[in-house]
Amino acid sequence: MAFLNALPGAVAEGLIWGLMAIGVYISYKILDIADLTVDGSICTGACVCAVLITNGVPAWLSVIIAFIAGALTGVLTGLFHTALGIPSILAGILTQLILYSVNLSILGGKSLITINARQYDLILHMSDNISAIIAAAIIITALIIGLWLFFYTEIGLTLKSTGDNPDMSRAQGINVSFNKVLGLAISNGIVALSGALLAQYKGSASINDGRGAIVIGLAAIFIGLSVSMKIKPNFVVSLIGVICGGIVYYIIYNFVILLGLKTDYLKMLSAIIVAIFLAVPYLKGKYFQKKKAATSSNEAGGAANA
Amino acid sequence: MLKITDLHKTFNPGTVNAKKALNGLNLTIEDGDFVTVIGGNGAGKSTMLNAISGVWKPDSGTIEIDGVDVTNIPEHKRAAYLGRVFQDPMKGTAPDMEIAENLAIAARRGTKRKLKWGVKKAEREKYKELLATLELGLETRLSSKVGLLSGGQRQAVTLLMATLRRPKLLLLDEHTAALDPKTAAKVLEITDKIVTENKLTTLMITHNMHDAIAHGNRLIMMHEGRIVVDVSGEEKKQLTISQLLGLFEKASGSEFANDKVMLSK
Repeated sequence: MAFLNALPGAVAEGLIWGLMAIGVYISYKILDIADLTVDGSICTGACVCAVLITNGVPAWLSVIIAFIAGALTGVLTGLFHTALGIPSILAGILTQLILYSVNLSILGGKSLITINARQYDLILHMSDNISAIIAAAIIITALIIGLWLFFYTEIGLTLKSTGDNPDMSRAQGINVSFNKVLGLAISNGIVALSGALLAQYKGSASINDGRGAIVIGLAAIFIGLSVSMKIKPNFVVSLIGVICGGIVYYIIYNFVILLGLKTDYLKMLSAIIVAIFLAVPYLKGKYFQKKKAATSSNEAGGAANA
Repeated sequence: MLKITDLHKTFNPGTVNAKKALNGLNLTIEDGDFVTVIGGNGAGKSTMLNAISGVWKPDSGTIEIDGVDVTNIPEHKRAAYLGRVFQDPMKGTAPDMEIAENLAIAARRGTKRKLKWGVKKAEREKYKELLATLELGLETRLSSKVGLLSGGQRQAVTLLMATLRRPKLLLLDEHTAALDPKTAAKVLEITDKIVTENKLTTLMITHNMHDAIAHGNRLIMMHEGRIVVDVSGEEKKQLTISQLLGLFEKASGSEFANDKVMLSK
């Protein structure tokens, strides 16, 4: 019963994290970059949105500005990587650290800003989970349609090829560096957007928001793709899968809490889920190869005996 | 068409691993020439192609394509002039994208890409016809991921991509070396067909002396970052492998480094 009561909240929060996972999908799956900026940019999105709303800016405008702020963090990581030649993973870590200071100054030196849901007109809030789910679903649908259209344009295709095969892309006249910056901007913009929604949903933005976000995003991607790739491996189905991955993740998360696991261990749990999803294909390949080799050598032996 | 003047490139300069890859390379190619390039390992063949493509900047010297000095133009901008096929069949195509998407990207090489539909319907029809000319049964697989194709099929698609938008210069870097002999012959046949039909200016590196003699109207041999043999016209048509080896020994003062590979058919 307690689990059923927690379900609407889990779905609402899962949708918001699923949105973040779509941002991670763009950097990790399309650009082939493990971008650690997201741990900082989701927090930037939350902080920007909270500060703007509490200063009287309409919620929808705050969300758009949060998106732009997030896109800028992606540009920074992109430039560290492409213009300064810093390995992408390190570029993300550097931006993440920079953002810790930036986010603190956005919050005005405080570690937490609360948004009173009764005082401001928010897009979504945890006090009404059904409305929150509907609002999040509308935003996500619009975003998926937008991304779907974008990734089938001339520019969108070059973004895909940049991650898929940079050598081929350069040979076909594609500016790979520019595309990486553009892709990271879109990715982190979406991540910050989800941060802005999260701040409204929770009614607060804290400097610690988003720690380990990349891991949650990856967990949602792996859970989602493990199912959606079996149904139909195309772009839209993958994105829907990623959203569902976010929801499943939060349902598991709530379930585990109800089982009595101390919340201190939740980050560890997230990391273990991701580690399992990364390890299984590797171990599977290794095991099956060994098995294959063993059978073929048995066959060879049998033939020799005959 | 192509004019390379006194090109130098040293890799890892100032270290024990320093390697003079190009050592005062001069080469002029006329419009419509089909030049085959041979040479031992480390002779600078691929280095020359990479220099033309702009993978890195040369230490000194200039490269002109069709009268334009491209020496300082970055790789992705230079691509407007060039069609490239690599030795590694995996390198020329995006495996996770459809055949049609790969071709559509190539069809827009050198143009400003916009927020327009990436693969138009009319294009698909055109690609279907083009793929049919390869006679590899790819015309029905327009929506297949390129990663599902064999190495030979991928090279054939890469060839199409390199020439879909007519390049000023087609660069083939041992593009059949990684294929089995039968597939290699097929890809070479397609190459000949595309080059002749479109009258493309072509530079083809090969490890196979027989192929180098059988294809093109001019043959150059490289050694230690320079061109040491240059035969064309009637002289090239009459050329035999043993004559070629003789020419090499005379020019370089040494025996051919890896004639075993080079002589293979």
